[in-house]
Amino acid sequence: MAFKRASQKFNAAINTVTIGTGDKALAIGGANAYPFYKFDSVSPNPARIGIEILDTGLAGEPAGVCAFYEGCSTVAEMAAKACTLEGVDFVCIRFASADPGDANTPVETCVEIAKAVAAVATKPLAIAGCKNMEKDTALFSAIAEALSGQNIMFLSAKEEDYKTMSASVGLAYGHIIGAESACDINLAKQLNVLISQMGLKNDKVVANVGSAAAGYGFEYVSSTMERVRSAALAQNDTMLQTPVVTPVASETWGVKESILPEEDAPKGWGPAEDRGIRMEIATATAVLASGSDAVILKHPTSVATISKLIASLA
Amino acid sequence: MALKGLDIFKLTPKTNCKECGNPTCMAFAMKVASGALTIDKCPHMSAEALASLSAATEPPMKTITLGEYKLGGETVLMRHDKTFVSKSLYSVHVCNAAPAEYNDGVLADLEVVDYDRIGERMHAELIHVNYVPGCPDDYYLDLVKRSVATGRALILNTSLELAEQAIALCGDAAYALQGANAENYEAYSALATAKKCPLVVGAANLDELHDVVEKLEAAGNKNLILDVTFDSAAAAFEGAVEVRRAALKGNDRTFGYPSFVDLTRLARGDKNMQCALAALFTAKYGSIIVMDLDYASALPLFGLRQNIFTDPQKPMKVEPGIYPLNGADENSICMTTVDFALTYFVVSGEIERSGVPVNLLISDAGGYSVLTAWAAGKLSASSIAKFIEEQGIENKIKNRTLVLPGKVAVLKGELQEKLPNWKVVVGTREAIELVKFLREYQD
Repeated sequence: MAFKRASQKFNAAINTVTIGTGDKALAIGGANAYPFYKFDSVSPNPARIGIEILDTGLAGEPAGVCAFYEGCSTVAEMAAKACTLEGVDFVCIRFASADPGDANTPVETCVEIAKAVAAVATKPLAIAGCKNMEKDTALFSAIAEALSGQNIMFLSAKEEDYKTMSASVGLAYGHIIGAESACDINLAKQLNVLISQMGLKNDKVVANVGSAAAGYGFEYVSSTMERVRSAALAQNDTMLQTPVVTPVASETWGVKESILPEEDAPKGWGPAEDRGIRMEIATATAVLASGSDAVILKHPTSVATISKLIASLA
Repeated sequence: MALKGLDIFKLTPKTNCKECGNPTCMAFAMKVASGALTIDKCPHMSAEALASLSAATEPPMKTITLGEYKLGGETVLMRHDKTFVSKSLYSVHVCNAAPAEYNDGVLADLEVVDYDRIGERMHAELIHVNYVPGCPDDYYLDLVKRSVATGRALILNTSLELAEQAIALCGDAAYALQGANAENYEAYSALATAKKCPLVVGAANLDELHDVVEKLEAAGNKNLILDVTFDSAAAAFEGAVEVRRAALKGNDRTFGYPSFVDLTRLARGDKNMQCALAALFTAKYGSIIVMDLDYASALPLFGLRQNIFTDPQKPMKVEPGIYPLNGADENSICMTTVDFALTYFVVSGEIERSGVPVNLLISDAGGYSVLTAWAAGKLSASSIAKFIEEQGIENKIKNRTLVLPGKVAVLKGELQEKLPNWKVVVGTREAIELVKFLREYQD
């Protein structure tokens, strides 16, 4: 008996969300098969890669990251440089220093940085906050206004602040909202429902359904993504057809495997930078295989490897 | 095709003799249909009935044994549907065509990359010993000998001429034989059957592989592992997915075997790409993954594998006890939290980031998170006080400050009463706030 393929065709697809405008517009999502199952159906857009730049600059960054941005003295210069890196589809500026528990950089300063970045970037932009919700909401609203109509992806809106985010970032200035929930398909769906009830269209919403480094409860991340993708495709659940954008760098570069200096690490661990890169690569691959349409990475070597992986599987 | 309980019932003696341990033949038939029992548990089944049933009630994917390890036996395509049962096995790679320093390095790394993570040994379980024709035979046999000495199980990818000699060197070590393809499978299969070892079968493409497996099964060999590496990452991924899906969804028993992928063939010398592909095949259906496994790749991959292959129905737990972090000694402050592995990792990670020496006390809370354990009565003032007493903490640690998780601040009063010698402090609600809390805390 000859081999008969048990392929899965779906009459449903993930939404396509375009970030940026004009020449630098980038489509995310659109898949109608499981990730990398091109033998079932070729997806219209390959998985996308964002590169993360911290507003705090290069202090404490791995040598390979510093070397790549050598000569850059501002966030805008770094962003311009990042746009030239092969494999980068969009640039994500993370305003880590805005945290009131950290440097508490004022909103006005952040807006100036964002404007400077937008002026020089040749790729679409994403803006991420400092994880202090009150500050982030204020920050996002101000940047959204300053860069009105540029179709920027804001990461992210949570259950607590989705109203402000939807209204003052999405509806008022036409940007894209990232709906963030923590590893639970029901919470992910609920947040998408609430945001759609605010009047935001499908093509203006992406989702971050949870992220973790490999080994750090990653089973919750992968199972949530797989369940979300199954519901979206197999059951045509329109409230779960949001493209998934997963920040990877901000999770993987904090765990001890990535940062413990060689001299403090157990025998044989080797240089921290190599460990950090592999942690980023392994996590990004697993996230993509589970059902993410885009990942956000930091290290140029990780970007090169993951873009090669996507090209070889797409 | 899966059989219904009634179809099986018709073939039973219908005597309700209870010898199988079930009250009625009907109950037995239902259990066989659900896969909970095998048909041979009934002592009165006729030979014909057994033959017709055992083929039909076989699990969709066979379990292949390689020494102490099990491969395959999976019943679902996604872990949340039930659970994955056999974790991917990681294999390092030595080869008689590779320079001696490469092979020596691989075998040396094997000794180093061997550690414990949440009670599980993390090490490469297998060594792939690869033979390239035209390169020295005696060096190949030397590599086999040295690989056997490591105590790992082996995959002998070898020529037929050399196979007997290589196998003779294995002694008690478990091994699988590799090298069979569409042309030579009969001779390889005869040898593997005689030696009772699994046979790794390769082919040019999926259709040819299916064909060869059918012929091997017809010849009576059902101890197989399918090499789906083919010639590219895309073909290997398609192979791994199609084989697993055909077995579990397509009712195609021919592909009901574990898959093998050799990343050293797909991304030779590129450790970053091998790490990415290993993560891919760990998530999706690689039962044996051959790669260059240094520590930098091992840390994320073993962690990922441990996560993917946990049973979603059972929480992952760490051992209760004292975990000194950042070089903590008997004078460092104590913090306590639950034994849920995720909580432990997040909390210990943040404490490590703070750089402040802390004795982290993990008590047995049933493997639940803080609030769940508290609600279930597994984390209470009594359980913490009892833990401190049973572990003899007061003899081991001189410091008397104990930081509670902020989410169970409510326990403070009662705990302070039970531990009058201690200063009970309420910590942060979220782990992420710990760095600031610890750096600012004055004992």
